[in-house]
Amino acid sequence: MENIRERIDALSEAINQLSQLEQTPEIASEVTRLKAVVYKLEKKAGTLYDPWDKVKIARKIERPRAQFYIDSIVTDFIELHGDRAFRDDKAIIGGIGQIGGHTVTIIAQNKGNTAKENIDRNFGMPHPEGYRKALRLMKQAEKFNRPVVCLIDTPGAYCGIGAEERGQGEAIARNLMEMARLRVPVISGIIGEGGSGGALALGVADKVFMQENTTYSILSPEGFASILWKDSNRAKEAAGIMKITARDLLEYGIIDDIVEEPVGGAHKDAAQAACTLKEYIVSMLDELSKKDCDKLVEERYERFRKYGEFYEA
Amino acid sequence: MLNNLIKKSKKYATTVPLPKKTNIPEGMYIQCPSCKKSIYKVDLKTQLGVCPTCSHYYPLSPKARIAMITDKGTFTELDKQLISANPLDFKDYDKKLEGYMSKTDQNEAVITGVAEIVGQKTVIGIMDSRFMMGSMGSVVGEKLTRAIEYATQHKLPIIIFTASGGARMQEGIFSLMQMAKTSAALARHDDNGLLYISILTDPTTGGVTASFAMLGDIILAEPGALVGFAGPRVIEQTIKQKLPEGFQRAEFLLEHGMIDAIVKREEMKENLARLLKLHQKEEK
Repeated sequence: MENIRERIDALSEAINQLSQLEQTPEIASEVTRLKAVVYKLEKKAGTLYDPWDKVKIARKIERPRAQFYIDSIVTDFIELHGDRAFRDDKAIIGGIGQIGGHTVTIIAQNKGNTAKENIDRNFGMPHPEGYRKALRLMKQAEKFNRPVVCLIDTPGAYCGIGAEERGQGEAIARNLMEMARLRVPVISGIIGEGGSGGALALGVADKVFMQENTTYSILSPEGFASILWKDSNRAKEAAGIMKITARDLLEYGIIDDIVEEPVGGAHKDAAQAACTLKEYIVSMLDELSKKDCDKLVEERYERFRKYGEFYEA
Repeated sequence: MLNNLIKKSKKYATTVPLPKKTNIPEGMYIQCPSCKKSIYKVDLKTQLGVCPTCSHYYPLSPKARIAMITDKGTFTELDKQLISANPLDFKDYDKKLEGYMSKTDQNEAVITGVAEIVGQKTVIGIMDSRFMMGSMGSVVGEKLTRAIEYATQHKLPIIIFTASGGARMQEGIFSLMQMAKTSAALARHDDNGLLYISILTDPTTGGVTASFAMLGDIILAEPGALVGFAGPRVIEQTIKQKLPEGFQRAEFLLEHGMIDAIVKREEMKENLARLLKLHQKEEK
């Protein structure tokens, strides 16, 4: 694995240097050839990614975030702020716009691509008012009969004094209940980290997808290791047994689809990642908008109703 | 002399076993974790698990709670037969479950059923913090969901006593999905105009707080109950400071507008009966 990565890095460096030279046909064809080699190697490395590699890719600071996807795939976007009760939570972006001809409400957890942005966005960890803004916009979407698209990317709902005082638990619970009976199509997808109840609070949907290198879990691997083994350093081991990758969750039926990323991860070619994401969302909107809303709500109920593994003696 | 009879002090309230017939010879007295006075176990039982000196609330077994709030002989248990699987093949999870089953004489951390409270029929669910911290896995979620669906189908109110450390880590994502499942079932119950009362007992945290616990039409709490989304230890680690006295206690939640009322154990049955009566629909 390390070996492949080193070769990829060396080749990428060579491609870079060649690209800076004057582009003769020979150099151009060499660049194309090398790119093909890198592509193959990355593809190979991709199948070797273990869950902990996925955690690292999902958390990469340079990974494209919700704001980037909104800018790339939503036209006529207008951001709508605030929960009408306390304040505007910048960890969640909400608004309306169009995707491939469909007018939709977008609700997205947003991390930053720099330390400053991350502080500004509270590292994508919403407070109760963020979830209440999300709910307000969902109810608004229901009123105007437009589908809701949620992009999930959070380590979890924020843990702090203010969050508790203002009812973090209640805010998440209310979203779960109201999303379950929302009378418009809902599409939710993980575009980075899907951490715990803080992710699920935007995840009760008709279609749930994960981008290829994302995670969705009950808790971060660090938290899991710390609770069960009293040792957060065993996070890598925890990631291995928690079943947090897109492939695992597709197998369990927790998600419907895996949305492909460029080889090596979405950050390698953000524009391509956005293009694939758009294509997927539009196809799901096409499909869901044909459905009768009673049937939609019924099927959404049945979907979540079936989750659980137990014996009945 | 008497000192020999007193059991050594235990540090945490939640780990003090309740008076259980089979347990009594082990120690007839326990020391109250709050006021440190020794209490005769039989007394504690007649006092509804409340310390006679300082009114500290001990965790109650579902059995004791059923006796406390329902009319004698009216309780019929539902879905007793459900037992957790081990979906992630988590090491020693089965063994751990078996241990709790024999310790508590229950299959899981919640008991559900139908009963009458002063002659009024209702569905009830009672969580048990003694069973793996009352954590919510597939069985807890499924039993509660079935109870809620039963209530919806039979047009009955539902009352849930919560007590939980949060998600059942050993069941991973399946545990998380129980939050959505129970909340969706409550949405249907709600759509039918039916009453749901949740009663928060010590401790109610994590995924249970962030789902059915906080969705009651009426939310009550026992005095002093710790209720929160994140546990105090996690918050202290996150914000790197000590939390104020009384933070996340029932009284704090009442002050912040998160619950409707705090109700003492001895007044619980009467209050529930009154609430049920006030929500009775007139026969048409």
